Amino acid sequence: MALKPGISSNKVAYINARLLDPASGTDTAGALLSEGEIIADIGPKLFNSGVPDGIQVIDCAGLCLCPGLVDMRVQLREPGYEHQGTIASDGESAVTGGITSMVCLPNTAPVIDDMSVVEFVARRARLVGLTKVYPYGAVTKGLAGQELAELGLLAQSGALAFTDGIKAVADAQVMRRALSYAATFGLLIIQHPEEPSLSAGGDMNPGELSTRLGLSGIPREAEIIMVERDIRLTEMTGGRLHFAHLSTADAIAKVRDAKSRGLNITCDTAPPYFSLNELSIGEYRTFAKLSPPLRSEDDRQAVVAGLCDGTIDAIASDHTPQDEESKRLPFAQAGFGGVGLETLLAVSLEIYHNGKLPLLDVLKHLTSAPADLLNLPAGRLEKGRRADLMIFDPERAWKVNADDLISKSKNTPFDGRPLQGIVMRTVIDGRTVFEYEA
Amino acid sequence: MTRNAKDTPKFPHSHLLGIEGLSAPEITLLLDRAESYVEQNRQADKRKTLLRGRTIINLFFEASTRTITSFELAGKRLGSDVINMAVSASSMQKGETIVDTAMTLNAMHPDVIAVRHQDSGAVKLLSEKVNCAVINAGDGKHEHPTQALLDALTIRRRKGKLAGLQVAICGDIAHSRVARSNIHLLNAMGATVRLIAPKTLIPPDIAKMGADVFYDMNQGLQNCDIVMMLRLQTERMHSNFFPSIREYFHFFGLTYDKLANAKPDALVMHPGPMNRGVEIDSEVADDIGRSAIREQVEMGVAVRMACLEVLTGNMPEPN
Repeated sequence: MALKPGISSNKVAYINARLLDPASGTDTAGALLSEGEIIADIGPKLFNSGVPDGIQVIDCAGLCLCPGLVDMRVQLREPGYEHQGTIASDGESAVTGGITSMVCLPNTAPVIDDMSVVEFVARRARLVGLTKVYPYGAVTKGLAGQELAELGLLAQSGALAFTDGIKAVADAQVMRRALSYAATFGLLIIQHPEEPSLSAGGDMNPGELSTRLGLSGIPREAEIIMVERDIRLTEMTGGRLHFAHLSTADAIAKVRDAKSRGLNITCDTAPPYFSLNELSIGEYRTFAKLSPPLRSEDDRQAVVAGLCDGTIDAIASDHTPQDEESKRLPFAQAGFGGVGLETLLAVSLEIYHNGKLPLLDVLKHLTSAPADLLNLPAGRLEKGRRADLMIFDPERAWKVNADDLISKSKNTPFDGRPLQGIVMRTVIDGRTVFEYEA
Repeated sequence: MTRNAKDTPKFPHSHLLGIEGLSAPEITLLLDRAESYVEQNRQADKRKTLLRGRTIINLFFEASTRTITSFELAGKRLGSDVINMAVSASSMQKGETIVDTAMTLNAMHPDVIAVRHQDSGAVKLLSEKVNCAVINAGDGKHEHPTQALLDALTIRRRKGKLAGLQVAICGDIAHSRVARSNIHLLNAMGATVRLIAPKTLIPPDIAKMGADVFYDMNQGLQNCDIVMMLRLQTERMHSNFFPSIREYFHFFGLTYDKLANAKPDALVMHPGPMNRGVEIDSEVADDIGRSAIREQVEMGVAVRMACLEVLTGNMPEPN
């Protein structure tokens, strides 16, 4: 970074960039100017005749400059479980991963089913000043699956959408009412699609490997049945529904069909589901114990196909911190989930490197698509918007090492995996919050 | 008496965590060594000093009578010090994890730990945290290698071979580590395995482990050489796998009628403890001509002596 002497303004010029803006389909060499917290100008011709004095210059050296990532599914452990992660520690982890906005699940303690908790999370995130944090509100009080939380009031105080987090809203009548009531205010319901009576006591995908290891299965049908049911309930109520982290070919096919019928249904997936399959469990690797479980290779390929044809709208990290005590256990006792903030970009880029999807389309799943789903003013390179940016090198190779993660919890299912693509700089509201140091 | 280097059998593994991954010669080595202990165990003086100075800990997280006794006798007959630790579920609830327990015991320098645990994979996890040899005495629904070995020894003594035999394993396959270890062992030794159970007790894709699946007992038992019955493990069942004991026994309990489908000299086996009148009729179980159930228990001690011998055979000599 070259700081010209005598700079007094708050303008920053990002020059020699490959500008990537998925929303507008832009992929061009050019520059961007931020002024204070805002993108003041952008374009291929900007600063063609040099940067005027008084502007700080950041030379991108031909690397990619794109909107900061928008991660629509993150578990934060504050309040309640700060030993696994805090808004500050996960914020550090998120900016390392190029994430400038993230949306957290309500499964904290206390649960985010009350306006005061929504406000607490927002206040803490503001104080920390790293990745912007937006909370989801609970669909039901205490995530108990029975009584509706105050969806309208929670939305007014800042809850972006509603979900019972890692639990499905299992009761069909409660789900029907939630979809219907939320539709009153145009609110989005997000479902963890898993029929609990089928998944109870299960550890992994059922099949030859689970039988060999003596582990109990969580059948694909647990996901498929819940997706089928909720599509019908959405049709019945006229609500808006989003399925989180889809993992099975059949569930994706159901969503594809529902979309073609014009229903207000969207979905996302997470990197493990298009990059790994059940074989990652090997001999009882608890870091690969995820919810939903890693599925078969056929399912993995169906997830890739769903991303390519647009059935799957977004990619979210599904960041789930677990401390060592929760994972260093016999498989059946170990907690579900993996951390994912720092590997979100690079694992997603596998789809690009494998030639399945152009770079812009991969980035769309990580920026404007989730932002649009949640009506967040983020995920775009546009004059007048907040300068939430990421500079990355899509080619640079690195290897995941759990111990090297910034995240307080180290439970990555990608430990030891060679990846390509690294975040060089993360900018939030015009301020550099992360810079890669070799 | 000291160990003579040239008759020390070479076993290329530092632990016995399962049958999966053992080769036929390695299994044969264990069976041959066990065979040599059968006679010794029938003598008045059963003691050897092969393992003098060694410490063996039997760490059982799950209730057991015969297996822990068998391991204890095996250790003592080879001259080692044996300590039994029964860790109840309640003391685990005080917060100590299996890894904590492993590290605590490791600090006491045992030479071998035999471990039984209710969770699949728990014994492997423990083996990664200790410096001594670990024997899997049964982990969840995964493996129970010494049971499969003692079953194999029993069969080999009665039938003179394992290769080419038709072996039916009947009952609660889904929750059975005994079934899994036996499938691995019998396949490795060239026997043919059939599994017979109601569909709810057959785990997914088990045929890919090397077995033919039958839902009809009369059909499945046709021309079998060996009939292995399994205990219904109701303690591991989280939901209803069959309607009633009466119905289960009617279709899947071993009676003389059903046994008549097998070869006339077919051998009946059961890993114990038996649920009489549930998976096996008492008369069949107690029929000395057909049932090898008591012999299995006897072979258990010999097999565990062999396992202790080969695992400590790789260790530096004491003193």
